[in-house]
Amino acid sequence: MKVAYYPGCSLHGTAKEYDQSVKAMSRALGIELKEIEDWSCCGATSGHATNFKLSVALPARNLMIAGRGDLKEVMVPCAACFNRFKSAQHHLDHDQALKTEVEAIVGQKYVGGLNIKNPIDILYNDIGLDALADKVTKKLAGLRPVSYYGCLLVRPPEVCQFENYENPYMLDDILSTLGADVKSWSYKTDCCGGSLTISRTDIVGKLVDKLMTMAREAGANCVVTACPVCMTNLDARASENLRLPVFYFTELVALALGLQGTATWFKLHNVDPVPLVSSLGLV
Amino acid sequence: MTGKKILVKSYGCLPLTEDDRTVNGVNMKTFLEEVNEKINGVPIQRCYHCRKCTAGCPLAFAMEHNPNKIIKMIQMGKRNEVLGSSAIWLCASCETCITRCPNEVDIARMMDVLREMAIAAGVGAKEKNVLSFHQAFLASIKSRGRINEPFMMVDYKLKSGDLFSDMGMGISMFMKGKLSLNSPKTRDIDTIRKIFDKTKNP
Repeated sequence: MKVAYYPGCSLHGTAKEYDQSVKAMSRALGIELKEIEDWSCCGATSGHATNFKLSVALPARNLMIAGRGDLKEVMVPCAACFNRFKSAQHHLDHDQALKTEVEAIVGQKYVGGLNIKNPIDILYNDIGLDALADKVTKKLAGLRPVSYYGCLLVRPPEVCQFENYENPYMLDDILSTLGADVKSWSYKTDCCGGSLTISRTDIVGKLVDKLMTMAREAGANCVVTACPVCMTNLDARASENLRLPVFYFTELVALALGLQGTATWFKLHNVDPVPLVSSLGLV
Repeated sequence: MTGKKILVKSYGCLPLTEDDRTVNGVNMKTFLEEVNEKINGVPIQRCYHCRKCTAGCPLAFAMEHNPNKIIKMIQMGKRNEVLGSSAIWLCASCETCITRCPNEVDIARMMDVLREMAIAAGVGAKEKNVLSFHQAFLASIKSRGRINEPFMMVDYKLKSGDLFSDMGMGISMFMKGKLSLNSPKTRDIDTIRKIFDKTKNP
């Protein structure tokens, strides 16, 4: 399959390993990515927290560019970008007056009809777990992850259209398919504090410590996410004694599929995951 | 007034019309009506104060007024206390409240509206660093079309005066090659500038 690709700012910076592992996974599974031409930032939390129209217009520009192409499916790996894209699309599709205004602001026509998807969704629903299982060369035996979806992939449910927003399972099933012993927990969609990480680090520390405490109580030896903001917070803001290695799910897909690159990506983490994966004989 | 707009789920509130805003020369518009008008969805008086929003709010512990209390305060017209509160800046927009509210009151959107109103009213932000972060973030988009994390952080540090936190982490990320000083920009920066100019709040 061929899809349009929106990396977003984080994937070219602090979430470099997410970008590279998404691309490696996609190549291995026959997903061709075509980057949206001259894309711009989605505005993230800072956009909608301070200026509603800006928060629609910024992602709208990207939707308009993507809409002119022939690919109707857009892969958006970053949960924050995914949420802003879905939200802008929701507003533009339901509010004619706003759509007209935003078209004037951006200076382009909004066509709509794009299918905005997170790679979890594409892997689960388009590639399928059977096809994924066929490609696994190294079962992730001994890895005991909890899957952490966070907020922005799942809420608000009628905008995000993600499955089972209070207890999602797609990521859990993907990790089980890779051979991991996925632990069940009640904190899959609890908040990590998001962008408060810079301005109120103290609060984010408390939220992340709670998540790590609960992950440990569930018997996990690592946490798996699909969001660069969650990754930064979980990986860098937990107290020393509570830290666990944190992975982007695509890194684990690459590991189980025997793809190149994992060693380079793991070096970019704050909590070094190499002792864990090498103790399990996975690298 | 413009017609009914559907945002998250709208049952249409009843905004005041141009004609009934002023009666006998008196401005009749309440703080509640102003907030509802800006939310442009389910009116917040549909809240029956079950406090499910607050029970699920991950940030309520850090707020001086929890989300349910903010709703009550809006209903009581406590404009200055609400717009001057920390609570509206500590909301992390996790959207748990709107997801669980039995009356579909969009509290996350309400928090966005209150922040916009606080900025517009010149109240500023009780949580100054939170607003400084948002301003630095948006300034980075305006100048490059995309976020450049090192430049954005320097700008934030100058705006907030919080110069030394995260220095170690920043240096470590830089050494690992996670932070780049010349990340690609959006070429069509004119459109980005126009978007910012045309959406500027009065």
